[in-house]
Amino acid sequence: MLTKLSGGRVYDPAHGVDGEVRDLFVKDGRLVADPGTKPDKVFDLSGKVVMAGGLDIHSHVAGGKVNIARALLPEEHRENQRVRENGRRAGTGTATATCFLTGYRYAEMGYTAAFEPAMVPVNARQNHIEMCDIPIIDKGAYVMLGNDDYFLRLLASKADPKRIADYVAWTLHATQALAVKVVNAGGISAFKFNGRKLDLDEAGPHYRVTPRQILHTLARAVHDLGVPHPLHVHGCNLGLPGNFETTLKTMAGVEGLPLHLTHVQFHAYGAEGDRKFSSAAAQVAEAVNRNKNISMDVGQIMFGQTVTASGDTMAQHRNRRHANPNKWVCMDIECEAGCGLVPFRYRDKNFVNALQWAIGLELFLMVEDPWRIFLTTDHPNGAPFTSYPHLIRLLMDRAFRNEMLGTIHKDAARASALGAIGREYSLYEIAILTRAGPARTLGLTDRGHLGAGAAADIAVYTEYADKERMFAKPDLVFKDGELVVRDGHVVAETWGGTHVVRPEYDRAVEKDLRGYFDRYLAMRMDHFAFSEAELADQNRFRALVHGTREGGGS
Amino acid sequence: MAKAETPERRDSVTCPYCGLYCDDLSVEVAGGRVAVTAKGCAIATDSFARATASAAAPRIAGRDASLEAACARAGEILGGARMPLVAGLACDLAGAKAAVSLAERIGAAVDHAGSDAMFRNVLAMQDKGWMTTTFAEVKNRADLVMVAGTDVVSRFPRFFERFVWTQDSLFGPAPAREIVYLGSGLDTKAGAAGGGRKPEVIACDTTRLGEVFRALRALYRGVPLQADRVAGAPKAALAALAEKIRGARYGIVVWSAADMEGPEGELGVEAICDLVTEANETTRFAGVPLGGNDNGLGAAQVCTWQEGFPLRTSFAHGHAEYDPHLYSWRRMIESGDADAVLWVSAFRAVALPFETAAPVIVVGAPGASFAREPEVFVPVGTPGVDHAGHVIRSDAVASLPLHKLRDSDLPRVAEVLRRIEAEAASRLGDR
Repeated sequence: MLTKLSGGRVYDPAHGVDGEVRDLFVKDGRLVADPGTKPDKVFDLSGKVVMAGGLDIHSHVAGGKVNIARALLPEEHRENQRVRENGRRAGTGTATATCFLTGYRYAEMGYTAAFEPAMVPVNARQNHIEMCDIPIIDKGAYVMLGNDDYFLRLLASKADPKRIADYVAWTLHATQALAVKVVNAGGISAFKFNGRKLDLDEAGPHYRVTPRQILHTLARAVHDLGVPHPLHVHGCNLGLPGNFETTLKTMAGVEGLPLHLTHVQFHAYGAEGDRKFSSAAAQVAEAVNRNKNISMDVGQIMFGQTVTASGDTMAQHRNRRHANPNKWVCMDIECEAGCGLVPFRYRDKNFVNALQWAIGLELFLMVEDPWRIFLTTDHPNGAPFTSYPHLIRLLMDRAFRNEMLGTIHKDAARASALGAIGREYSLYEIAILTRAGPARTLGLTDRGHLGAGAAADIAVYTEYADKERMFAKPDLVFKDGELVVRDGHVVAETWGGTHVVRPEYDRAVEKDLRGYFDRYLAMRMDHFAFSEAELADQNRFRALVHGTREGGGS
Repeated sequence: MAKAETPERRDSVTCPYCGLYCDDLSVEVAGGRVAVTAKGCAIATDSFARATASAAAPRIAGRDASLEAACARAGEILGGARMPLVAGLACDLAGAKAAVSLAERIGAAVDHAGSDAMFRNVLAMQDKGWMTTTFAEVKNRADLVMVAGTDVVSRFPRFFERFVWTQDSLFGPAPAREIVYLGSGLDTKAGAAGGGRKPEVIACDTTRLGEVFRALRALYRGVPLQADRVAGAPKAALAALAEKIRGARYGIVVWSAADMEGPEGELGVEAICDLVTEANETTRFAGVPLGGNDNGLGAAQVCTWQEGFPLRTSFAHGHAEYDPHLYSWRRMIESGDADAVLWVSAFRAVALPFETAAPVIVVGAPGASFAREPEVFVPVGTPGVDHAGHVIRSDAVASLPLHKLRDSDLPRVAEVLRRIEAEAASRLGDR
């Protein structure tokens, strides 16, 4: 079947296409060059804006901690309900939406993929089984390393970097992951030894290795393996006033290796002013601009109720006093990780919260290269992903932004440079931030663009002056060529795949691992790892395997 | 005489019969019988031996029927009910998914057989949150093991063997573990170290653990206690334990909600969690809630990620309605609110734990004997014996694969429930 999408204004930054009127052709789920034959179906998109489907590079959509957060907050699920309709499953929650609802809502916003950024290795099987219940969109997960005792032992014993890379590759295979994430390098492990703070150059308990060493070693391993996405870093000292210095040192510490810093808004705080809390967005953005090896996503906050879900037990335990409603969970996990859930209500009349909001926007507007910054709220930590249309309007519409700035805590507004920033994002830049950029950094060569051969994941919008209105409700969304959303409502339920990467490695590493599992852990190595076939049985799991970079391979 | 079959040996088998889901068993399979040959506890050995591969047929009102006819009859009953109940849910994750889907489709309430115990934990967690840990952390770190109101091993036989009495740890020789039981009439043999060191036992009323742990927390905080005894526990012993908590590097409190019966069970859990939280002000401490039998945590997690609530949820009013009191399966059956019951019990052939005048559909392991024949009985394979599957372990983070050990013609729970859903849906119309 050949489908023609006729006459839309196409924004396809991967090919430098900036709002030109083009016809697109879709055959068997893929974009194709004009085959010159009569299409079976034509959509007249005259005057409409056409982009590839959005990709959310950092969104906690599934896995143990997300599900604990859901269970912890029945009130959030009582208040936010969607009933079963036309065979579409029911769903509840916003900050911690259920799986079916997550898929529907992303699709209804023109997004066709979301990536769970903190998959705990031992939880990976369940994480994927859960993600298999997210309809329509593609999924993928970044596996958490860097606080696991196996890695820390290797590092402390000054193991050959090649062996460490083999272990990283084995983990990617065993957990069906797309990238590697490190959360508060060494800090989660330190918390298990009753450490409450760990600075970048502070040797952690027992292993006596520093976060800087951990970051450098993992960044090196990920790079050497040819994993497309650089090491995905949740830095040290999240949320602490003055932590921007750690962030700057983290960038410098990897000596030019590629690094992705996530939810940087939470890591761009100064300690100036009467309240000893200030914006350091300018310093951080300047460093990002200067260091071309660095990419980042923002983790914008929005005002309202949410829940923070993180692997960073050290930070989450510290944040327990801010829990609203007043209940929270912290968990040590299986000699490899942890998780912490703290419900949170960001208030625009609270100085710190208001400044956090401004800091996120400052980062968006001060980082110059749109290919190295990605649009996130760190769902649900800063805000639910459903706030993206609003966030896009804040970035594209200076008058609206300043109007909002006028409503927040006065001292915070005064302390921020936001009001003086004139930049407004263009549609082309938004397409980079939400489509082309994420696909490129993740190594998804057939996503995030509209060239021939790409998966036909396409969003069609009506352009309004109010960009929130525009992005909240696409006219049409196609997933793998199938029309799944019309006028902002799901019209067909399809099932996406799961993006994974499988770098080459020396399987000799399994011999030592097998003994380690038997001796120290609580399940067999062969049961920790799982295959695509094991999950495909009963769970619709379908791996979309992506290649490694040229020259990679342990 | 049948020709003797050479037994097939299988190693690294996952046992589906308690929430520990030990995955290091060896078994021999011959003629459809599974015999545990290594690493089997009493529960595993007995349960595998009882998992007979009987070629049972589905039944409608006691008469053999085809699978199609049985599912059609089940769909008819459920589709025509005003307040159906889908419960039991002793099955693998795929079965639980199908059960929640069915409940949503037909407007039923959904619950797990073990929810009375599970909800002591759920309610405490939903009220205040908690700090917990997992088995490998226990194995490598725990130096003070407080055991509250349970002997552990009756329900979780290999807990001490696998996670406490280990030789070494990641951080050197295994910690010198101090074991302290709190409760009454507990068999504490398993808490004795290999070298014969006896555990400490603080005798107290197990049904009043809430009081004991509140007193312990007060003592830990340095608040003077007027009473000499709290629920039977001598103040001096509690004061000494409070000191041990202060001195521990990584203390844990182990409890089994199933053993915390009585009206104050949930308060007991909450008091334990409060002490754990408090102890983390100065050192590291964590709760170890033991549970997850019959994949109860798996069912709760599936319901949570699909519907936003950990079971006890009804779809009778078109949307997901969570009420941990109203939608308990036991209350719904005893009150007569449920006018049709679908009960899933795939791990073991057991008698139904209830009586009701409402029509009952059982999707379960073959060989169960019923006091009253259910309206529909559909025999299914046992996950981990007849087919592969997944379960979630007691510590709520790790999921284990279950293995197919023998050939079986019996369908899986998920397959049967999907058929029943289709049959019920054809009667209910579009929704």
